Amino acid sequence: MTRDISRRTFLKGGLAAAGALTASSLPLPSSVKGASDQELATLIDIRKCIGCEACVEACKEVNESKFPEPEQPFPRMYPSRVKVSDWSDRRDEVDRLTPYNWLFIQEATVTVNGREETYTIPRRCMHCQNPPCADLCPWGAARKLKNGITRIDADICLGGAKCAKVCPWHIPQRQTGVGLYLDIFPGFAGNGVMYKCDRCYNRIAEGKLPACIEVCPEHVQKIGPRDEIVKEAHAIAEEINGYIYGEKENGGTNTIYVSPVPFDLLNAGIEKGPGRPGLQPVADSMAHADNLAKAMVIAPMAGIAAAAGKFIATAKKATRLKEENQ
Amino acid sequence: MTSMAQASGVGTKWLKRFYVFLFAVMAFTGFGQMPIFKRYYISDIPGLGWSADFYKTHYIHYLGGAVLLGLLAYLIVDYLLTGRRRYCLTASAWARIVLLGGIVITGIFRVLKNLPDVVFSPGFTMLIDIAHLGFMMAYLLAGLIFLIFKSRWTTGLDD
Ligand code: SF4
Ligand code: SF4
Ligand code: SF4
Repeated sequence: MTRDISRRTFLKGGLAAAGALTASSLPLPSSVKGASDQELATLIDIRKCIGCEACVEACKEVNESKFPEPEQPFPRMYPSRVKVSDWSDRRDEVDRLTPYNWLFIQEATVTVNGREETYTIPRRCMHCQNPPCADLCPWGAARKLKNGITRIDADICLGGAKCAKVCPWHIPQRQTGVGLYLDIFPGFAGNGVMYKCDRCYNRIAEGKLPACIEVCPEHVQKIGPRDEIVKEAHAIAEEINGYIYGEKENGGTNTIYVSPVPFDLLNAGIEKGPGRPGLQPVADSMAHADNLAKAMVIAPMAGIAAAAGKFIATAKKATRLKEENQ
Repeated sequence: MTSMAQASGVGTKWLKRFYVFLFAVMAFTGFGQMPIFKRYYISDIPGLGWSADFYKTHYIHYLGGAVLLGLLAYLIVDYLLTGRRRYCLTASAWARIVLLGGIVITGIFRVLKNLPDVVFSPGFTMLIDIAHLGFMMAYLLAGLIFLIFKSRWTTGLDD
């Protein structure tokens, strides 16, 4: 594979993915399409990042029109324990995720073979393959697109922050005073809108690269069909005796990090907290749903069998009663 | 009454109780899918701390969904095999069955959507989300109205 996935191969991959999806023959309505390995994924080669934050700036610039413009004063919310999340006067903060900063550079200081090393890691939404933020969103405001992007529709989101709670990295960030909740019961339900990286879905739709990828002087990130990205990540990891994060985490994500040092060391060497996700191991959040979905297929069969069993037993008993009555 | 009907019809009372209990659990954990239990102190009630954990309520809702599907399959087949010879379903029962069907079908689509290899269009996702809640609210409202008017699910064939 070439060093960079050129725009042409990128688009071709995207089109092939679209083709594969159209051909999907699930017996479901046409609005329902099967996802596939042809989802787009990004590769982030941690070795290359110099922490210049050009990507962070580019993200802010191209996505500025999507940022919240909250109405002041905020409507009073009940009960009083409901907290306001207001970042509108801290729009320039870049050292964590905020509704105005969807990508930040996390610094990890680690000691490898007695030597202290520093790594800078671009952090944003992982774009999980089976994202709990979208699966568990009660309104369908957070959703996964066929090309593997998970995005939150700012026009529909009510800001209840469930997505942030169920996300293993607590990525989405809330801004109070914007969105649909203002038109419903602002005092009693909702609290704004949740924001996070949408993988420049509008640029991708136009055949452009996400801004953070395009602007990076060190070509830290790449985007392409997931199977190619995973293959390349493994090739690099093998070459440098390195480690991979994001391929299996949370059941698989569309953000694959490659690092020369183990991720548990990086995880121990980064500052974690609100808006600063960890690099911890993450089990598949939706595994229970997959298992119980199987139970839902078996349960009706058990019900039918029980009813049939009862019918046979009853019929036998009825015959006996009839015989006795005669 | 036929000897067939005489031989069946045991345990209906318990089945009814179980159905009501199951529905209460489904309604509670279903509403728990919205981020309201913490805001409105429900998870502060001693013993209900778990209700603010979306994964726990989701697990119970799914488990209840499986049991409900099993129970409904049992009731439908049982009705077709023996029940319809013993009783008639009332108009209010049919209204409830339609709403219940709506809940179950939208619920099944919700489960499908959560499978790793299934992606629904945004519009369809919203439609099933809102319809699932809408059918449930309508079902609860219908249940309440029928309770007030003492409208039963069944009438005996001889009534
Ligand atoms: S632009 Fe590239 S090198 Fe600079 S911080 Fe971002 S990822 Fe790292
Ligand atoms: S990282 Fe979090 S916000 Fe992003 S897709 Fe996964 S669950 Fe959703
Ligand atoms: S993909 Fe787009 S939205 Fe996401 S971090 Fe990069 S520039 Fe920002």
